Amino acid sequence: MESAVPPTERARYAVAGARANVAATLGSQPRGDVNRNNAFAGLLFLSILIALAGLLALLIQAGVEGAPAISTNLLTEPPSTIDTANAGFRPALIGSVMMIVFVIVLIVPLGVGSAIYLEEYADGTKWWNRIIELNIQNLAAVPSIIYGILGLGLIVRGPLSLGFILLAGAITLALLVLPVVIIAAREAIRAVPPSIREGSLALGATQWQTIRRQVLPAAIPGVATGVILAVSRALGETAPLLLVGATVFVTFDPTPLEGNYSALPVQIFQYATRPQEDFQTLAAAGIMLMLVVLIAMNSVAIWLRNRYEQKW
Amino acid sequence: MEATSIGAAGGGRPSLEAPNRRTGEKAIKGLLALCAVLSVLTTTAIVIALIGPTISFFQTVSFGEFFSTDWSPTFNPPSFGVFDIIMGTLNVTLWGMLFAIPIGLGAAIYLAEYASRRVRKVVKPIIEILAGIPTVAIGFFAVSFLLPIIQNVWPGEFLGGADKPFLAIAAGLGIGLLIVPIIASISEDAMSAVPQGLREGAYAMGATKAKVATRVVFPAALSGIVASIVLGISRAVGETMIVVLAAGSTPNATLNPVESIQAITSFVAVVATGDISQGSITYESVFAAGTVLFLMTLALNVISIRLVRRFREVYD
Repeated sequence: MESAVPPTERARYAVAGARANVAATLGSQPRGDVNRNNAFAGLLFLSILIALAGLLALLIQAGVEGAPAISTNLLTEPPSTIDTANAGFRPALIGSVMMIVFVIVLIVPLGVGSAIYLEEYADGTKWWNRIIELNIQNLAAVPSIIYGILGLGLIVRGPLSLGFILLAGAITLALLVLPVVIIAAREAIRAVPPSIREGSLALGATQWQTIRRQVLPAAIPGVATGVILAVSRALGETAPLLLVGATVFVTFDPTPLEGNYSALPVQIFQYATRPQEDFQTLAAAGIMLMLVVLIAMNSVAIWLRNRYEQKW
Repeated sequence: MEATSIGAAGGGRPSLEAPNRRTGEKAIKGLLALCAVLSVLTTTAIVIALIGPTISFFQTVSFGEFFSTDWSPTFNPPSFGVFDIIMGTLNVTLWGMLFAIPIGLGAAIYLAEYASRRVRKVVKPIIEILAGIPTVAIGFFAVSFLLPIIQNVWPGEFLGGADKPFLAIAAGLGIGLLIVPIIASISEDAMSAVPQGLREGAYAMGATKAKVATRVVFPAALSGIVASIVLGISRAVGETMIVVLAAGSTPNATLNPVESIQAITSFVAVVATGDISQGSITYESVFAAGTVLFLMTLALNVISIRLVRRFREVYD
């Protein structure tokens, strides 16, 4: 006999009936357990709120305190201890942009090259490859000021002896963020499925042809995301630059190979250490400027990842 | 190009040997390996940069003097008791971790066990933004926002009173804010990697959500959670700008949160920025302090790398 109700519907009624039956005979969970459960969930949610409140307070504080100094002077005027109303970040901004250009030129080939070697060529069971891998993981967590000491001891002085110039700062920053690029590029390369490589090799392509024409194009969005994150880290780094010569008040536009230079976060730091109200305002305005640039860069990174990420 | 070379090789039948020795391929592999080796060279360079001046530092200063208190390298006569600045580092690290561990773990458990997929997709990246904020900005926040608040709410003369111009706990809280996303993010990954079957088993036994989270998921993800905490400590120990801006520059062997202190990192940053001549004992003391810092973070990093590897191996 045909039932009026379809079988799946009947199964659902049966499950609902059984549930109601269990609830009726066994009752719900003990009230103490329910209360404790809710209190625990509330505490967890509170910790999220505290973290978010910290972030929000930081942004609002910089915004409110920096608001009076926000004008195009920030971009076009050099820093000044006398005419604080019109002081800005011009040489520091130019210094930062120049350094970022050098950093990108250095980290893209080196970082992607290392990542390709480790993912495509290296035999992970060999001790030397394991050492390289462990070493990169450790380098990613070495304090930035240690890179400053490296820069001071071996790049500014010692074997390279470049002196306190912008290029020395750029090399120091590049070494600092190189592990970030390598780790991101490796993940992007690993995400390309082996079948793509096997297909290419089966058609007669060599290993390098496979990497260059199949693997790398597919990995570009991930690599670009990693490079952007590394650059944003380099842009905000202050401590190592203090050791390799980014100096106090540079009032002229810097050049890469000679003379003093400054960078945006270093200039912010210099303003922030002066107790007078005007300098505090300038420091806060500089922080707003830096955060806007960084958030824009990170948004581009997220957009790139979502827009071009391939699902295999 | 390759087809013609194969055709030319064997006369009748094409040879199956590679048409050329692929020297180009090998050169490329060598070049890429060289890039990877550069990272090892960076570590070697760090060690070389530290070790030379450190050795000549210890030719003037005895180990006995170095491993004692009273750090005043720029005074005349100078004194090099490194425990002062080690304690300064431990001071800010302690208060930072006391803030960051509960908040970070709370956030991680909420995101892994309680939050809906949509909430997690929004909240996790926002918390990770915190990790990307330059430390000079957090340092400024610590000194111009947190510091006055602490001075206002501090109960009178408790622990000596909070009326100093710089406070270790202001730097500690700033560092805590920096560490929260590290702990939250890695711990959340570790907890999300715990197999669903463990949770379902516990629910089947009648456990509440809180019990499942604390008694099943948390212990199962413990190695990842500990790794995140160790990595957080390593970041706190190596943090410079927050400490320079908010904790002052008074070497002081104390864990008191309302004292002005100097950490290893802030000593290096402050002294190396000033005009010090190469080869002077003050210059060398920067490298000796750097060596201490490098060894401390190296030990922490090795521990955390090992722990992370363990939790990845178990559940992958």
